[in-house]
Amino acid sequence: MTRITIDPITRIEGHLRIDCEVNNGKVTNAWSSGQMWRGIEIILQGRDPRDAWIYAQRICGVCTTVHAIVSVRAVENALDLEVPLNAQYIRNMIVAAHGIHDHIVHFYQLAALDWVDIVSALSADPVAAANLGAGLSDYRRNSVQEIRQTQEKLKAFVGSGQLGVFASGYWGHPAMKLPPEVNLLAATHYLQALEYQRIANRIVAILGSKTPHIQNLAVGGVANPINPDSQSTLTLERLFAIKAEIDKLGEFVNKAMLHDVAAVGALYADWTKYGAGVTDYLSVPDLPLDTKGTRFELPGGFIAKGDLASFKPITSYQDGFFRDGVKESVKHAWYEYKGDDRARHPYDGQTRPLHTGFEDNGKYSWVKAPTFYDQRVQVGPLANVLGLVAAGHEPTKRHLNRVLEVAGAIAQTEIPVTALHSTIGRIAARAIRCAVLLESLQNQWQLLIDNIAKGDFDTFNRPVFPKGEIRGFGYHEAPRGVLSHWAVIENGKIKNYQAVVPSTWNAGPRDDNDAPGPYEASLMDNPVANAELPLEVLRTVHSFDPCLACAIHLVDAKKRPIVQVKAL
Amino acid sequence: MRVVVLGLGNILLRDEGVGVRVVEALSERYGLPPEVEVVDGGTAGMELLNVIAGCDHLLICDAVKEDAPPGTVIKLIDAEVPAFFQTRYSPHQLGLADVLATLTLTDEAPGHITLIGVVPLDMELGIELSPEVRAVVGQAVECVATVLCGLDCLIAPRVPIA
Repeated sequence: MTRITIDPITRIEGHLRIDCEVNNGKVTNAWSSGQMWRGIEIILQGRDPRDAWIYAQRICGVCTTVHAIVSVRAVENALDLEVPLNAQYIRNMIVAAHGIHDHIVHFYQLAALDWVDIVSALSADPVAAANLGAGLSDYRRNSVQEIRQTQEKLKAFVGSGQLGVFASGYWGHPAMKLPPEVNLLAATHYLQALEYQRIANRIVAILGSKTPHIQNLAVGGVANPINPDSQSTLTLERLFAIKAEIDKLGEFVNKAMLHDVAAVGALYADWTKYGAGVTDYLSVPDLPLDTKGTRFELPGGFIAKGDLASFKPITSYQDGFFRDGVKESVKHAWYEYKGDDRARHPYDGQTRPLHTGFEDNGKYSWVKAPTFYDQRVQVGPLANVLGLVAAGHEPTKRHLNRVLEVAGAIAQTEIPVTALHSTIGRIAARAIRCAVLLESLQNQWQLLIDNIAKGDFDTFNRPVFPKGEIRGFGYHEAPRGVLSHWAVIENGKIKNYQAVVPSTWNAGPRDDNDAPGPYEASLMDNPVANAELPLEVLRTVHSFDPCLACAIHLVDAKKRPIVQVKAL
Repeated sequence: MRVVVLGLGNILLRDEGVGVRVVEALSERYGLPPEVEVVDGGTAGMELLNVIAGCDHLLICDAVKEDAPPGTVIKLIDAEVPAFFQTRYSPHQLGLADVLATLTLTDEAPGHITLIGVVPLDMELGIELSPEVRAVVGQAVECVATVLCGLDCLIAPRVPIA
């Protein structure tokens, strides 16, 4: 038996360490450990709830926007404050554009290099790659000329010895199985994705005034004054500029990204058998369509044991089923709860560090272990897509079927929806969600235009804080899954604040009942061909899109070994 | 010409956020011409692509781990900067190193890079800088201002300097 410890360093979001025991080429036990304390909630205590989002968006370097949005929702929920329709639509567009940006970056810039061999792409025939692309879709940028240019650029890059972003790929690893032409086509789209994710980011910047830290939010709405005639506000001209950007994104997502994901899935069909892990799924509805948050463009809810028929929807911002189900356990996390040490609801949550060192059977992570009605749940695009399908959301079903059909045609076998409960399924679901968000972005744009045309220019309702204690929670279906903030407010000041983030749900350690979290469970039975180069472990961990933590492809400039292998 | 002054760091971890505090102070102290864009980059990574792409000069302000007393202000230029990032003194180099590598790939890397770094003392949770580091924010701002003057950017003190 060997034990692999993967411990990459990044301080950006609190980095992740993964330990695996490997027996006869398979993972037989796993531990997921957050290696940095993030008691950032403590900073919010005593502050004005109207400012909470400004601090909350600094919790994470990658997910600034989502923390800002969910923070204002939590305070609005505590106040029972309605949000003007225009503000909902503008926020929804920011949410959708941010999600599209995030998903494109994840698939191409972060996850794809676990599956696509850049060095192999150098030996491909560009004409064959272009023909392959033409067989997949009518995407106009699959031309021989553009593919050949990409290959020449990559050759120059690799030839210069400065591999840069590609420096730590597992080129030539036995688990890399794509033919050279597929690798070249994917590499071409990798470069194009750099342009398209910037387009999505530009939409966020136009609406949010700036990125990476949007500035237009306010508890009660947004700070974008709408005046169709004024240059300094959100004008129709700017809105039509956004529409043009959305259309450009649509071509790439629908004609390149979905097909790439389907092809990778089909050519790595064995990876539909690995990585299911926890198949209780939780997602929340998002993109509110009314001022109170009782109707949503994208439904969400709970699915038990992978059975779509068991779907139980979460229906409003007041939803008691969601509110009462969430707890966080610290039995295996480096915290203590004063008084009763059992899992606690976030309103009663505490952030009291208690570091013990890494104990396999004791405490081993700075991440708490969240549970939903005392069970572990998986969150993220897969949970979201399954929830949308279970709720009968037509666009999601359409995009899912497209991916399954394209993958089935390449694999020459019918691929069932159940194949999604896997490592490759999480990656496919992210691309499907990206296409869904794109349609939603178009819809929200139209709703905003139509509402302004009716003469409604409202964007803000002023919050008023009562004496005494109030409580509120806000949720958001973020790119990595369910994000919730929980605020207790007393006399207009924050008394307690807890953020239960997607990577906590998925990367959390064992819980009060010693049940493993989704990362840990998904690693069980993963193959490992070479313990020194545990690409297969990375594939499964990366399929969850663990913020920047594991997204660094094992670079360490101090040349400290990041992968340690010990014989046990 | 387009110049980007980029402040990096997490302002919730005290001195870690000094880069952001320096660019905030720069905007407060000086009126800047339109070709100079001041950006609070926080701890972002790929979201900075749009901001940095194709700029002629990138001026980075960041907390740097150096073998020097807390509050030391250092300046590195061009070739020294990537080398500096390779040895990974900066907590944020990962995101930024990826962005710079990506821009090399798309032929949009900045023409010149200058790093103004401040050696931190306290990176615990909190939004206030340590007194030692707060005391040198002005010095770091003047470093940035000197670089901007050297690029012939017309910057104007908002309050006359006595």
